[in-house]
Amino acid sequence: MEPVDGNAIGGLLLSVFGSEQTDVVVTCAHCGAGGVMAGCVVYLGGPGTVVRCRSCDGQLMVFVQRGAVTCVDLLGVQ
Amino acid sequence: MAGTAVRGRLTWRPVTAAQVFTETPRVRTIILDVRDWSGHLPGQHVDVRLTAADGYQAERAYSIASAPGEPLALSVERLDDGEVSAYLAGELRPGDQFEIRGPIGGYFVWRGEGPVLLVAGGSGVVPFRAMLRERLRSRLDVPVRMLYSSRNWDEVIYRSELAAPEPGVQVAQTLTRSQPAGWTGYARRVDAAMLADIAWPVSRDPLAFVCGPTPFVEKVAGALTGLGYPPRRVRTERFGGMGGG
Repeated sequence: MEPVDGNAIGGLLLSVFGSEQTDVVVTCAHCGAGGVMAGCVVYLGGPGTVVRCRSCDGQLMVFVQRGAVTCVDLLGVQ
Repeated sequence: MAGTAVRGRLTWRPVTAAQVFTETPRVRTIILDVRDWSGHLPGQHVDVRLTAADGYQAERAYSIASAPGEPLALSVERLDDGEVSAYLAGELRPGDQFEIRGPIGGYFVWRGEGPVLLVAGGSGVVPFRAMLRERLRSRLDVPVRMLYSSRNWDEVIYRSELAAPEPGVQVAQTLTRSQPAGWTGYARRVDAAMLADIAWPVSRDPLAFVCGPTPFVEKVAGALTGLGYPPRRVRTERFGGMGGG
C-alpha cells in the first residue's frame, strides 16, 4: 500500500490528543530529525495506522483502534 | 508512553448528498447537506465514514473543495483499490447519507498570506479550489500562481473554472501523457525548469502549497528547495492517488 502523510490522520490525531496536531513538530527518537506531523510517512492499509520518520524510516507511532478505544504507541517519538 | 485514549471532541455527524456533479471520468463533486457546520479554512479536510449493513466501517480523509460559507463540497477521485472512493465517486446518489467529522487540519491551510504558489498533481487540485474560491469570496488581492499537472485533458478537474481565472490569479497547466490538438500549455512532467518559469521569486517571500501523489510532491518540494524556497514556506500534502502524471 502506497503511504500518505500526516495530513491524512489529522482526524485520528485530533480525536486522540484533543487538539490539532498536523502542525506540531515531532522529533524522531531513532535519528533525531524533526519535522511537522503533516510531513511524516503514514501507512493506513494495515491492521493499525503506522507513522514513520521521513528521514530514517524509523517507526514513530502506531495507532490501533478497537471499538471506541484507540491504543497509542509513541515510543519512536522523542 | 504506550497507552489508551478516549475519543475526544471530534464527533461524527450525518450528512446527506444534496447534489452530485461529474468532473471527469474518475472524479465527482458532492455537495453536502450538513447541519450546523462550524465553517472551515481553505485547505482543510474532513474524514468520511461509511458503514455497511453488517456494521463494517471504512474511513478516509477528503479535502474540502468549497470556500468557507459555501455549501460544503468534496471532490473525490475513484481509486481502483479504494473502498470509500468507489462509493463516493461511483454508486452514491443524491439523497444518500453517510458520516463526516471535521474540519481537520492546521498545517495545510491558507490563512490569506501571499503571494501564493499552488502546485497540484491530479486530484491534488481539490484544496486549491477552496483557496481560490475563498480568495474570490473574501475579495482578497493576494497574487496567486498555480501549476496544475494532469495526465490528459479528460482528467483535468474544474476545467471551466480554471479556464477563466480571476485577475491576480495565473494558472498554468501541463498534460503529461497526451495533449489535445492546439494545446499551448506544458506537455511534460513538472520539473525544476517548469517551476523556475512559474514560481514566485524567493525575494517575494512566497508561500507554496504542493498537493498530489507522494512521488509528485517529493519531486516538486525538492525542486522548490533547489530554487531557494525555505522548507518552512513549502507546505505539502501527499495522498495515495494516481493522477497527476
